[in-house]
Amino acid sequence: MESQVFLNKVYAPSGDVVAREVAGEFIIVPIASGVGDMEDEIFSLNETGKSIWDKLSPAKSLKDVARELSVEFEGPLAKIEKDCVGLVQELLKRKIVIEKGKK
Amino acid sequence: MRRKTYVSTQVFGKAGLFRKLRPVLSSLDMELTERCNNNCIHCCINLPSHDALARKRELSTEAVKKILREAVSLGCLSVRFTGGEPLLRGDFQELYLFARKLGLRVLVFTNATLITPGLVALWCRVPPLGDIEVTVYGMKKSSYEAVTRVPGSYEAAWRGIHLLLKNKIHFVVKGAFLPQNKDEMGAFEAWAAANVPQLDGPPAYSLYFDLRCRRDDAAKNRLIKSLRPSPEEGLRVLVRQKDKYVKGMQAFCSKFMRPSGEKLFSCGAGCGGCVDAYGVFQPCMMLRHPDCVYDLKKGNLRDALEGFFPKLRETKAANPEFLRRCARCFLKGLCEQCPAKAWMEYGTLDTPVAYLCGAAHEQARFLGLIGKKEKAWTVNDWQGRIDAFVKKGR
Ligand code: SF4
Ligand code: SF4
Repeated sequence: MESQVFLNKVYAPSGDVVAREVAGEFIIVPIASGVGDMEDEIFSLNETGKSIWDKLSPAKSLKDVARELSVEFEGPLAKIEKDCVGLVQELLKRKIVIEKGKK
Repeated sequence: MRRKTYVSTQVFGKAGLFRKLRPVLSSLDMELTERCNNNCIHCCINLPSHDALARKRELSTEAVKKILREAVSLGCLSVRFTGGEPLLRGDFQELYLFARKLGLRVLVFTNATLITPGLVALWCRVPPLGDIEVTVYGMKKSSYEAVTRVPGSYEAAWRGIHLLLKNKIHFVVKGAFLPQNKDEMGAFEAWAAANVPQLDGPPAYSLYFDLRCRRDDAAKNRLIKSLRPSPEEGLRVLVRQKDKYVKGMQAFCSKFMRPSGEKLFSCGAGCGGCVDAYGVFQPCMMLRHPDCVYDLKKGNLRDALEGFFPKLRETKAANPEFLRRCARCFLKGLCEQCPAKAWMEYGTLDTPVAYLCGAAHEQARFLGLIGKKEKAWTVNDWQGRIDAFVKKGR
């Protein structure tokens, strides 16, 4: 089932994963069990995903993240918000990010 | 319309992760100790578990962590903890957790005798992402302990294996083909097929045993030699599943078999490496010749990988017998001859290992790559031989 993601909520990387940059690839390695579907999976993010990931923080709502990116990349806010929701949806279902509650 | 995806999933250890560059180091072996609580008759490395001197010389917890940190900074994705018996170290769990928290996949070679409920709980909570590899020395107490020479080791090992099974920890098993257990291969393989889902075929066996890799025990070397299968017996083990063996060799031959010329290293030694229990970085798990190793106490992994090992890999053989035979022999690849094996057998880097030469020729004769009395290094049209062999399978 699709995870519900809202722009006014805060999403942050789970403590159960480690993000690493290895030879130009951005990868996320599970530490604790329960991340992803299979035990020996790792994850990589595309360029857009990586830019959003870098901004995720327990101190910012997803809307804040999108706003910052829209200023930084001078891109349309609506499209960037859509990307943020899309990425977080994928990460949430794999338990790579956690929802920190309403801001 | 196809939905945009931001995350792609990869399986650790499978090719295709690196589209751009390759890391300086992709995997590392760490021999945490040479000590072992078993005393296997065929073992090339073990020191007694109570060897105080060896224990004192071993890397401290902090020193191991420093090496792991550097490995990760060089892009390393996997570390394999081996020994001796790595679980003998009191800080094993701490090192394991440290490695995993750095984002490393951890593989472990173990005899399983020291696996505890606490360790299994840790592996459940923080999975290794790689297999635990357990060597099984026998299916019966009599055979198992005839190999390990430690009373009670059979029960301890099976207790460990059952803990892994009960808690669904991913592990694989392998065997060691020895006179003491060779009649139990069928029972071992049937048990493995029914119980170890991670295995995608029968377990692998150590077959052509190595001599002591520190060249430290002539009497033990005599014992190991007496346990080795003859080339004919080795072949019988390999071809028990004849079709699979021949198919595998066809794929292997077309990719890897060719004369190596006078270059000593035609393998991957030195592209990664193995840190021994005392902080000496070897180009591979077996090669401990003093001229081939790098002391990490006086340097670092990067310097070894970018400076010392690449120079070492350029070394050329000087032994006239090697130049006459191995340099021109297309069985290189099928034959396990390499600088590490020459070091263990003769204390040199480039002496052809008679035992391995015999084993390789026996296999090549069976596969039809050479004639009955032919020596592989005399075959000029070796590519034609390989092509004909590979074509047979199509
Ligand atoms: S269990 Fe392994 S390391 Fe220990 S003595 Fe046996 S072969 Fe050697
Ligand atoms: S088969 Fe013999 S000659 Fe050929 S590479 Fe091996 S040791 Fe050398």
